[in-house]
Order: sequence, then C-alpha cells, then structure tokens
Amino acid sequence: MNPISKPDYMPIPELRKMQLEKLQELIPYEYEHVALFRRRCDEKGVKPRDLATLADLAKFPFMKKTDLRDEYPLGLTAAPMSEINRFHCSSGTTGKPICIPQTAEDVRIWTDGVMRCMAMYGITKDDVVQVSYGYGLFTGGLGAHYGAEGLGCAVLPTSAGNTEKQIMLMKDLGVTVICCTPSYFLHLATVAEKLGIDFRRDTKLKHGVFGAEPWTDEIRERIEQISGIEAHDIYGLTEIAGPGVAGNCPYCHGLHVWEDHFYPEIIDPDTLEVLPDGEEGELVFTTLDRRGTPMVRYRTRDLSRLQVGECKCGRTMRVMDRVHARSDDMLIIHGVNVFPSQIEACLMKVPEVAPHYMIELSSTDTMDRFEIKVEVTADSMSDSMSKMEAVRKRVAASIKEIVGLSPKIMLVAPGSLPRSEGKIKRVIDNRRK
Amino acid sequence: MTVKQISIFLENKPGQLSGICRALAKENINIATLSLADSADFGIVRMIVDDHVRGCDVLAKAGFAVVQTDVVMATVPDRPGGMAEIMEKLDAAGVDIEYSYAYALGSGEKAILVFKFDDNAKAEAALEG
Repeated sequence: MNPISKPDYMPIPELRKMQLEKLQELIPYEYEHVALFRRRCDEKGVKPRDLATLADLAKFPFMKKTDLRDEYPLGLTAAPMSEINRFHCSSGTTGKPICIPQTAEDVRIWTDGVMRCMAMYGITKDDVVQVSYGYGLFTGGLGAHYGAEGLGCAVLPTSAGNTEKQIMLMKDLGVTVICCTPSYFLHLATVAEKLGIDFRRDTKLKHGVFGAEPWTDEIRERIEQISGIEAHDIYGLTEIAGPGVAGNCPYCHGLHVWEDHFYPEIIDPDTLEVLPDGEEGELVFTTLDRRGTPMVRYRTRDLSRLQVGECKCGRTMRVMDRVHARSDDMLIIHGVNVFPSQIEACLMKVPEVAPHYMIELSSTDTMDRFEIKVEVTADSMSDSMSKMEAVRKRVAASIKEIVGLSPKIMLVAPGSLPRSEGKIKRVIDNRRK
Repeated sequence: MTVKQISIFLENKPGQLSGICRALAKENINIATLSLADSADFGIVRMIVDDHVRGCDVLAKAGFAVVQTDVVMATVPDRPGGMAEIMEKLDAAGVDIEYSYAYALGSGEKAILVFKFDDNAKAEAALEG
C-alpha cells in the first residue's frame, strides 16, 4: 500500500476526534478573520466556544455561492496575501466569478486528496498520466497534475483541446492514465476511431480519472466497453479544493469522502436541518484544514447521500452517493458550471437583443450540443445581413467572455420565446442521462 | 427612383415565409418582388409591396420584426446588355452595391432592378445623369 493511503483506514473514533479538534481550531480562526462569518455567528447568537461536539457544528451558519460572489474578490479570504500561494476561480451565478485564494498548505492538502484518489484507483509511480483537463483558473488541470506528479508519475500536461495531437502523444508516449471529463473521453474515442486507433490494441491506456461533470453508470459502462479501461470517478469543487475531495474504490457504489480534510454533512435543502447518514439531501462541506479561504458549512447544492455501513475495501472514510442532481438551476456543460442567470446577464449587455432566451442541450454521439435561442428586438431589425450577423456575434462574444463557452447562438423573432410569468422554463436539457 | 423596401426577420424554421405571405394576403397587399438573404441560422426577406406603410403595419402586428429601408429602383430594357449599361454609369460614379435583386415587368419588355447602395443619392444622380 502506498503510505499516502494510510489515513483512508483511520479508526473511526480517532477520525471523529481529529475532526472535532480541527473544527475547534478552524471555527475561532474563521470567526477572527472573516467578517461575514463573525457577523452571521453574532446574529445567530453562537460563539466559537459553543462547538463542544461534532453535532454542534449544526449551530453555525452556512456559506453559499452567493456569499463568494458578494464578497468577491477577497472578502472570505482569511490569510494575509503574504501567505497566499495560488488563486483559482470558478463561475459565479452572474457575471462575476468567485475567487479562492489558497495557501501553500491548502494546495498541499488538496494535492493529498488527489493523490489518495489516484492511489485508490491503483495508479502508481510507474504510470504515465495525461492530464486533458483545462489548465488555468479551473482547478481540474492543475489539481490532477499536482496529484499525479506527487505520486511520482510521468505527467503529460496536454490540457484540453487539439484532440488528434492528444491521441498521437497518448500512443507514442505509452500513456496509461487519462484525466478528463467523461464527455471529452467519449469525444476522444470517436476521433481515435476515425484515425483507425484502437485503445486496446494501439495504446497502453488502463485508467481514466473522470470528473468535473455528472455522469452515470451507463456512461461508465460505455467508456469501459469501447476502450477497455477502468473508469474512475473523482469528485470535487473549487470552493472546497478542486477534484480530489472524494473518489470511488473498487468496491463502493459511490465515492469515499476524504473527511479528515473535508467534513461532510447532508442537509434538507428546504428546512436546512442536518439529516442522518443514509438520507438524501444537499451536500455541505467544511474545509477542516484550509486557511486561505476556509469554508464553513458550504452548501454545494449537489444532492447526494452519505451511506451507512462499512466498505469492503476497509476504508473508514464515509461513502457519498454519486451526485446526480442539484438543488439549484446550475448546469454543467463541457465541465463548466453555467447558471441561466449568467446567460441573462450576458444578454443584458447587448441592447439589440431581448433578455429572453432558451438554452437547449442535447447529446450527439460524443459531445454535448449547447445552443441558445435569443430574441432580436424589433428595433434592432436591419435589412443588412452583416448587421444582423454582427448582433449574433456580439451575443456570442458576451457569453464567451463571462461563461467561457461558445454555444451556438440562434437569433429568433421578437416575442417568440415564452415570457416570464413566475417560474419559466429556460432550459431544455435533452442530454443522455 | 427611391422607394421603400420592407425587410423582415426570418427564423430558421419551416413555415416562416408562408406566415409572412399569408399575413399580407389577408390584408390584400401585393408583393411586387422579393429576395431572400440567409445565413445558416436565420434569414432576412426583403420585399417591395404595393403599400409599404400598411405592409409594415400588418407584419409588425403579426409579430414580425420588420424595418423599412430606402432602395433605388431602376428600369432597364429587358434584353441582353440592359443591365450592363446602367452598371457602367454606377461604376463610373464609384458607388458600392450592398445588395440587389430584379424582376421583369409585364410581357417582358422592361426589367426593374432594385438596389441598395452605400450612397443611394449619389447612385440615383449617376443613373439620371
């Protein structure tokens, strides 16, 4: 066993004691350094010293994605800039991103989570790991990179895109592990087939580390069947760390949460009450070790369940169900978080179109198709094709700038999309489930 | 001669053009000529009707995005070289054509060309001169 995996098997009493001790350090630290947390605690009449047991955590206020947006860029940052080592950003619910500054130790803890996932999947220093997640503000690329490098693997940082070159390098360098979104792997497989490349015959690929978007057992089976690799699930979110918060072992139907670093709770998203293990609700995380931007009771909006009972693998870390739904309207498209409200914010910047839209998602054989129908206004109508085309391009540029994706923009006639009367359906998601 | 053309936004889906024609027919508005410009995603139909004020009104009420534009109409003999003669005048004046379409009138003695220029007034002067 890789020594990195030792904490996975920590006896439960020891684990609970460690979690409580870490919380008893984190809560006063957060109270001292983050004004929003302090204000909310004071409003609730709860003091850091009120945390005597793990169950007492339920007395403390939640943090939400909107808090990260409202406090952008550094309002929730607890450490001084001299201690910050890295920034990552993710999409917010409107035009503004969320920003997560981390200390060197925060990055190390996150990397530890990725390494433990990879070790659990059976990846060792003998593996050649291709990281096809995007590198940059997104945590996917650098997270997988540091994890694989930490294990001593040979890392090939291809980042996303340029699929034919990716396949060539995979073949020529004897890549054994690929890290990417499941939908990108399916795309890769289609391109490989066109090039006459058979993963089983022409490559040494054994493992796929797949995350950043929800996927199903059916997709896992399809991936394994077309490529002969083992498809592993890695879960995480920028707000808490990045990929590597949880992963699946060979036995569990779900993902072991590294709860010595990331303390999970399940709450009822309506009453906000903590639910016992075994019940489904919204996943909430507290970052036990993070000091750059600690999160106390962060509401992920991911719906899951903490399973009851021991896992055959012997790991004591609780198993969460694979996330299959959310308690808000966030969409995950090509691994990118997209809120319909962001699209609306983009359209508001283009006066030639109305802020009415319809997002249409569908699956082709390999990739998700992302289309947005947008109404032109009667006033912006022109007899000139190039002027109308320019309107479409302005909408596309505005969405690319804020969301980071390039959906197909379809201009439609004024008044042709449904109008908002209360809760209106703005998304048609026909992707394969 | 400068006339008003009406341009209507067309969504890229079946039945759009027939909807426009039906709306005009119901109000007894006649289409003299039309042309269709399209990209992969949407189109613009440009037309000359016998009553552009009512035409616009009818289409706007039917929910179409519609705009009026000044275009220049030129009548030429409907025979080989008919268009070439006026093109020479336009070239000499140095005007740019943004788009153009044409139709034959009556028994084929005359053809009418519809132009949108970068400078309609200058083009018209050239045609008259």
